[in-house]
Amino acid sequence: MKKTLINRRLFPLIIWITIIASIIAAPSLLPVFRLNLLGRYLSLAIVALGIDLIWGFTGLLSLGQGIFFALGGYCAAMFLQLNSSANLPNGIPEFFGLYGIQSLPFFWEPFKSPLFTFVGIWLIPSLVAALLGFLVFRNRIKGVYFSILTQAALLVFFNFFNGQQKLINGTNGLKTDVTELFGQMVGSDSMQRMFFWITALLVVFAWFFARWIVYDRFGNILKGIRDDESRVRFTGYNTTIFKTIVFAIAGGLAGISGALYTVQSGIVSPQFMTVPFSIEMVIWVAVGGRGTLLGAILGAVMINYAKSLVSEALPASWMFIQGGLFILVVTVLPEGVLGWLQSDGPRNLLSRLGVSRPLSTYPGLEEKSHDEVRL
Amino acid sequence: MTSPQLELRQISVSFEGFLALNDLSLTLQPGELRAVIGPNGAGKTTFLDVITGKIRPCSGDVIFKGKSILGIREHKVARLGIGRKFQSPRVFEKLTVHENLAIAVSKPKRPWSLLISKLTERQRTQINNLMSIVNLQSKVNVPAGSLSHGQKQWLEIAMLVGQDPDLLLVDEPVAGLSDEESELTADLLKSLSGDHTVLVIDHDMEFIRRLESSVTVLHQGHVLCEGSMKDIQHNPKVIEVYLGQQQEVSK
Repeated sequence: MKKTLINRRLFPLIIWITIIASIIAAPSLLPVFRLNLLGRYLSLAIVALGIDLIWGFTGLLSLGQGIFFALGGYCAAMFLQLNSSANLPNGIPEFFGLYGIQSLPFFWEPFKSPLFTFVGIWLIPSLVAALLGFLVFRNRIKGVYFSILTQAALLVFFNFFNGQQKLINGTNGLKTDVTELFGQMVGSDSMQRMFFWITALLVVFAWFFARWIVYDRFGNILKGIRDDESRVRFTGYNTTIFKTIVFAIAGGLAGISGALYTVQSGIVSPQFMTVPFSIEMVIWVAVGGRGTLLGAILGAVMINYAKSLVSEALPASWMFIQGGLFILVVTVLPEGVLGWLQSDGPRNLLSRLGVSRPLSTYPGLEEKSHDEVRL
Repeated sequence: MTSPQLELRQISVSFEGFLALNDLSLTLQPGELRAVIGPNGAGKTTFLDVITGKIRPCSGDVIFKGKSILGIREHKVARLGIGRKFQSPRVFEKLTVHENLAIAVSKPKRPWSLLISKLTERQRTQINNLMSIVNLQSKVNVPAGSLSHGQKQWLEIAMLVGQDPDLLLVDEPVAGLSDEESELTADLLKSLSGDHTVLVIDHDMEFIRRLESSVTVLHQGHVLCEGSMKDIQHNPKVIEVYLGQQQEVSK
């Protein structure tokens, strides 16, 4: 029994040490190309953390996180495009010329300001999420209907962005790698190294933030909403507000994630708002461990890393592997890999295989309680 | 006489033509303990739904502390001082006993104050008191899901008291409890009345008898009669309604 307790605390600690060690070592060990890939995957971990907050803790399965992810990306890209178009004809980004646009559309104007952009990257997606969330939650739409609604919203946004050539270059998206920031090319090696560090720091920061959200009573209310919403309501809590807040937080995290991903991949396009991509985000969290914040980070990084390795070796097979992984997790590891490791999963497996004897005593309840907040 | 704590005035609720509550009126005085009984389908749970704002009646009015609370949403009704215990125990199974109670006693119940502040010393003492009332001190950090059925019932009652309501609506608190446990529950509810107004709904006649309170009999969404347990037992109308359970009533 003691052993389980130690495992439960040791596992996250070991994983954290590994993560931090590899982040520190990565820039000197990996070639810039690989480092850049790792940076992208780390940025995806932030959107996964948001999904874990709304799905793992609050029970709201959103299939539309791509909206907020892309909004964050567009904010960053619009700023970078404007920042490097001073010497271009009319002083506006080049693509406008293709469609014969002479002056900047009004909503581009505020993105000339770095401060506005910096705030907008998380605040704009958050506000959109809050508005969408409030309308949906106020009408007590939940479960599958909520998922379908978020997916429908995703399609609306996708079609809008995809069709607006004259406003945001439509399906071509906005490139960022050839833009300039602080007098340097965004796509240059030194800039990419810097973005890697920023991303790594923000992942840790986002983790602390998410943990602060779920650690105490606020998090318990979220779990209460997940398990029995009307009971929370009859206890005197306005669940609509709680759900709106957490959905907005997840939206903000998605926005930050999208901006970091955009500057590291060199382009933002409506492809960020496709249905499969948003579903993939959910799969990362499911595989890593729903309800475990660390699991969301690990899921996002590992699956994407596996994706790039597999795609290099066997280009067509990734979708099958990803689908198989999802089925495996849903059927065998409902709590995800980390959830499985933190429970008695490994020992149960060993005893099932006949390697070690099954536990003969009833597990102490008092000790079970220590995983109130799983790391 | 003081003004009534709760007054239901001619409430009617219809579900697609079916009258779940029909012209139901009921008055509770502050500090009163009242039992409500009735055969299945008499509308007992529906009438709690009306009081707590879950269902809006098609006619009638609900007056709580002299004000109409019709159309107020559930969480606001709860904040006004009406606590409700559900039929089957509904505690948060993934949370520990302490966390369950912390949810109940936390005040104010706004998101921001939950995020930035900790439980106050007073609230901690309150939680400890509640745990000792329902004998759960040894289970502080146990997830509520692994408590026994009876302990869950008690935890939910403790949560209800922790909300510090003026009116407690208790729906079948002894369903699935042993005789000894239901006796203790009856004593607990009796001790709560006085400071709180308590309304108990149950089927278990032995339990109702032990409450030693006045009894209201519901039948087909209507108040059939009110009185002490003794009067009720000898009321021919009640016996007729409870036909199948006649022996149990007159035991």
